[in-house]
Amino acid sequence: MKYLDEYRDARGARAYAAEIGRVTTRPWTLMEICGGQTHAIVKYGIDELLPKELTLIHGPGCPVCVTPLETIERAIELAARPGIILCSFGDMLRVPGNHTDLLSVKAGGGDVRIIYSPLDAFKIAEQNPSREVVFFGVGFETTAPATAMAVFQAEQKNLHNFSLLVSHVLVPPAMEAILGSPHCRVQGFLAAGHVCTVMGYEEYLPIARRYRAPIVVTGFEPLDILQGVLMCVAQLEQGRAEVENQYSRSVRREGNLPAQQLIQKVFQVVPRKWRGVGEIPRSGLGLREAYAAFDAERRFGLTGMEVSEPADCMSGSVLQGKIKPRECPAFGTRCTPEHPLGATMVSSEGACAAYYRYRREPVLT
Amino acid sequence: MSSPLEFAPSCPFPIQNYPQVLMAHGGGGKLMHQLIGKMFAPAFRNPLSESQHDSSVFQVGSQRLAFTTDSFVVRPLFFPGGDLGSLAVHGTVNDLAMSGARPLYLSAAFIIEEGLAMDTLWRIVSSMKQAAEKAGVQIITGDTKVVDKGKGDSLFINTAGIGILEHSLRIDPQSVQPGDAIVVNGDMGRHGMAIMAVREGLEFESAIESDSAPLAAEVLALIKAGIPIHCLRDLTRGGLTSVLNEIAESANLTIQVEEKSIPVREDVRAACEILGLDPFQVACEGRFAAFVPEAQASAALAVMRRQSGGESACQIGRVTDQKQPKVLIKSSIGANRIMDMATGEQLPRIC
Repeated sequence: MKYLDEYRDARGARAYAAEIGRVTTRPWTLMEICGGQTHAIVKYGIDELLPKELTLIHGPGCPVCVTPLETIERAIELAARPGIILCSFGDMLRVPGNHTDLLSVKAGGGDVRIIYSPLDAFKIAEQNPSREVVFFGVGFETTAPATAMAVFQAEQKNLHNFSLLVSHVLVPPAMEAILGSPHCRVQGFLAAGHVCTVMGYEEYLPIARRYRAPIVVTGFEPLDILQGVLMCVAQLEQGRAEVENQYSRSVRREGNLPAQQLIQKVFQVVPRKWRGVGEIPRSGLGLREAYAAFDAERRFGLTGMEVSEPADCMSGSVLQGKIKPRECPAFGTRCTPEHPLGATMVSSEGACAAYYRYRREPVLT
Repeated sequence: MSSPLEFAPSCPFPIQNYPQVLMAHGGGGKLMHQLIGKMFAPAFRNPLSESQHDSSVFQVGSQRLAFTTDSFVVRPLFFPGGDLGSLAVHGTVNDLAMSGARPLYLSAAFIIEEGLAMDTLWRIVSSMKQAAEKAGVQIITGDTKVVDKGKGDSLFINTAGIGILEHSLRIDPQSVQPGDAIVVNGDMGRHGMAIMAVREGLEFESAIESDSAPLAAEVLALIKAGIPIHCLRDLTRGGLTSVLNEIAESANLTIQVEEKSIPVREDVRAACEILGLDPFQVACEGRFAAFVPEAQASAALAVMRRQSGGESACQIGRVTDQKQPKVLIKSSIGANRIMDMATGEQLPRIC
């Protein structure tokens, strides 16, 4: 396919891998921040092409995986209420709550709908004036503008039966939390190309400076990732710690300004709990007071949810890059996509799902 | 005295995990296989039901016959390249063809929701008539039920079919041998994406048309050409991935395929990229995989390519001699990975 096959070319991949091997003189540990990159690495076997000195750690780059259990429980509770249509991205539906998931709520008669864009939820609200339509909005900065647009339009059109259960998260505070940890092994980052398409990369400059860690804004195709790794390793080898842009066909330094303005208008930065990681200051987006009427938690009085994580789920350690999925004793035995203990096993961007799907046993090459 | 357990009608399915049936239990992935394997198969166990094939083959006098059934619930009723009626004929004809049978007769049962437009029903029935004529089968018996408004989704059709085997080949998953070539009769995933594009309102420069088609002529041409076919399987729910995994499991052998050699049309790939779906897990309704001895692969391909709809037939991989039931796929950049069956329905991704 045009503009895609070029980035999945075996000869190009081998050439990049050889160049990475040539410039690498010492062990380095890099983290890719986006779940899409994690899946591409495991799916295409990109890590197998790299020299043994390089370690790739998978970061907390799956927004579905880091959505707090309390919020998932709230979605499950709302979906089970008569008169409510709960709309969400397909990825959220299999994520386990305390006892059930949204797919099971749907099977039990709850009106749960898979949508592709928050604006679809807005349309469903327009078409069903007698029902309450809740959009379960999760995601990084990439999907935040579309969520903001749905709320903005609902306000413009006085759509009173639309509301938002929001759990949007922000990437730079999570990177700072990882780099600031005393156990941090990460020496360089591949930043998420699509997040930066929206936000640009100026906010990464102080992080690279403060923690002396190179950050390369990277795309999602095999050759993108290999080039991102090469740029990151080259910086480390040369003692540089700068922000560079591998994904220049999509990302500009300042990002998408109208999209940022829309986020600013509707959302404010709030502290946010990340499932498996803990609360990170200034790492989430919540509705501004001017849009509080569209806050599903307020509208339906959802507070004080009691939750408990399964004791043997190590998804927190996976999300923080402390262990690889196969190092978890429950991986592939007590925890599978059919019977997941944690969200990382079911989300299409989850690291455990990637390893289960492509690597659950050593493959012959 | 018999153990009391024999009389306890306990549900064999692990209901602690799934107290209710989910859509995924019909999605062609692992949950559906669990449901069949743990509930239906043990309940109805008999030697004929154990072949794990698209239809059952049995002997009546000196003649081998094939028998199968399938229900059709697709929405929308009409989609680019087909409709519920033609699909209901092709599906059952193809299940018979996959056992190497020449399809003879079908039954057709209609479950109609009160209020369905008579004109809509007529269009579906006319389409079935045409599809049956084209596939060389006759619809010789049927049933009609009407259910209350709200108790059905406009129209469901069940068809059953019977066919005759006019050769002595044993075509089933257990006949697959190490070294077999795996050939397919064309591109992957077109039917599923045609339906998805209509359902989700995706617009492309031209509509993706379903590949829905009868496959009996292609299969009978292979048999007539003397190709010693080991196994055939149409690539319906769960797509190529489910079929290869099922056959690897039944044959207890490792299958190796090459991503680059599996044909997927440009528009289908683009739609899959947008929705985050794997084209190899998307259903086809006019595509099949044939397992034939490697030495016969090019002869088989020549026959398939001469058939209408089989012009882009190609070899996608082979069966290895490793006695481990798994499927490996060599990625476009040259590394191997597992080609895993989906759990249930493919769900569109978040971003």
